[in-house]
Amino acid sequence: MTPRGAEGRRPDGAAFVIGAALVALGALLVWEGGRIPNKQGYAGVGPGDVPWLVGWVLVLLGFGTVWEGWRNPAPPRPRQQAVPLVWLLGGMVVMVATIHWIGFVLGATILFTCAAAAFGERRFGLAVVSGLVLGFIIYGIFDVLLQLNLPAGPIEMLIFGR
Amino acid sequence: MDTFGFLMQGLATAFEPMMLLYALVGVVLGTAVGVLPGIGPALTVALLLPVTYGLDPAGSLIMFAGIYYGGMYGGSTTSILLNTPGESASVITALEGNKMARAGRGGPALATAAIGSFVAGLIATLLLAFLAPHVVKLALVFGPREYFALMVLAFVTVSAAFGESALKGLVSLFVGLALALVGIDQLTGQARLSFGVPQLLDGVEVTTLAVAMFALGEALFVAAQGPDHGAGVLAIKGRVRMTAQDWARSWKAWLRGTAIGFPIGSMPAGGADIASFLSYATERNMTRHPEEFGKGAIEGVAGPEAANNAAAAGTLVPLLTLGLPTTATAAIMLAGFQQFGLQPGPLLFASAPQLVWGLIASLLVANVMLLVLNLPLIRFWVLLLRIPQPWLYGGILVFATLGTLGVNPSVVELSMLVIFGTLGYIMRLYGYPIAPVVVGLILGPMAEQQLRRALAIAQGDPMTLVQSPIAAVLLGLALVALVVPMILRARGRGDALAQIGTAED
Repeated sequence: MTPRGAEGRRPDGAAFVIGAALVALGALLVWEGGRIPNKQGYAGVGPGDVPWLVGWVLVLLGFGTVWEGWRNPAPPRPRQQAVPLVWLLGGMVVMVATIHWIGFVLGATILFTCAAAAFGERRFGLAVVSGLVLGFIIYGIFDVLLQLNLPAGPIEMLIFGR
Repeated sequence: MDTFGFLMQGLATAFEPMMLLYALVGVVLGTAVGVLPGIGPALTVALLLPVTYGLDPAGSLIMFAGIYYGGMYGGSTTSILLNTPGESASVITALEGNKMARAGRGGPALATAAIGSFVAGLIATLLLAFLAPHVVKLALVFGPREYFALMVLAFVTVSAAFGESALKGLVSLFVGLALALVGIDQLTGQARLSFGVPQLLDGVEVTTLAVAMFALGEALFVAAQGPDHGAGVLAIKGRVRMTAQDWARSWKAWLRGTAIGFPIGSMPAGGADIASFLSYATERNMTRHPEEFGKGAIEGVAGPEAANNAAAAGTLVPLLTLGLPTTATAAIMLAGFQQFGLQPGPLLFASAPQLVWGLIASLLVANVMLLVLNLPLIRFWVLLLRIPQPWLYGGILVFATLGTLGVNPSVVELSMLVIFGTLGYIMRLYGYPIAPVVVGLILGPMAEQQLRRALAIAQGDPMTLVQSPIAAVLLGLALVALVVPMILRARGRGDALAQIGTAED
């Protein structure tokens, strides 16, 4: 079969990676479907059969993606900036890792500042202050007034006494 | 009691002061998220699910519906003034609306969008009220195999029928279905795909997935395109008012838009995006001013805006009567019902008539509120478009994590947020639609249950799935919806389908 896609680069690396990931996910589901005790009952279909089916479809879709990527490579994607991605994901990861120690307000400040930086904000002092204010307002409304149980740290203990 | 009586009773509920307050909060929030690019009604309802856990069920659902309607109103403002749709069903509005604003006719464009949305919302909500009891009667004859067939049809139309490629839609759908399998099997109690991690036994939270995919994924994608070079906001020149000629050209487009939008929304045939696209195509074919299309024809704003509101109301027909969501927003609203222990479907009309009719009636009230919010107060909403991008996305992300932090701040859940967010970014980057993942996660377990029930009733005979005429027809339609677009694409006629695709709200 001669590849037809003129505009794309061949081989389409992304399609291979995505296809491989889908096959791996599908294989995981097929394995899990075969592993768990399959009490089929009257239905003839037990808890393992649907994962097995979904898994095989994912495997097929994975091969389909590779085939499509070979036959018809996608046009090149617009260039992605790595720095904003690092800021944003870094902010999320730091927030997730520390929120139980530092509490919601500081966690929100970190996330807000990093997200703003990812979108090109360079006035960090201003961003930190805004994040703090936003964190306090949200904590006040949602935790104190609406009884949503947000993680509390030293600052929340000190000011809201909880 | 007949429909009219129920509706009157519903209006009495809707006019209770607390219910009016919930509706007002809903429409204000909805308009705001509709106006703001990068945040839509699906995400907003997902964010509010955990917050409303302790509130009144009827009020919360009224608020969610207000957000859905409000998002459809607000989206047009951004399309017209910024040429960036505020939510996905307003993509088409940007075509003519932004041209009108550039020509100094932004006022009439905003007016025809708002009034058209009102007219369509009003008619479609009344149609919903009078149609729903009949669909409920039909739904009562549905057994597990008919429900399963209906869900298969919904899966196909949401994922494969429209958009760039059926393959990509199906990949999204099956990733959602795979995520839906995580946790305890509802029929046997068997733990699946949880790998001994106790936090996974409860399955993947809808809130976590929706927030990660819609908020974090979108933010990552926008950030990775580099600093914003977008065009500025166009000022509204002149008054937000239409001339006699504008009225004459708009009213038929509104009615046609409603006639197109409502049936499309109420069938499991995709959501508001498709309706607004078809309405635009119709207006372009029927206009007496073909030379204006592409340069700012008012029909091209009036029709699609009416159609997307009518479709939003139409979506509530299968959601309320069958418990079947056909868009991402409807899917998350279904999660909202389930959070309060309510299962939408024919039985809900019998077991909680006050809630259902209160909800339908308050949509009429919300529609009036939205007209006021979007005509005299339009200049206030335009100010929202002046928030600098870093602050906007910083705020969106803090609010987005709020739901997960408030309900289940375990490291596992928060890590899922980051992982699914990254997945959402990668899917956007390579052109995979997001909505099928969310719909797959919510409808997947329901479809599996119905399938296994149907097979249990027939003692394992798979032929039972096509032995009822209704189920056979529905499965046949699903097959047609899968195969026909594939043939169209193979013949190089896929452009139109690609334009209609990627329904996100």
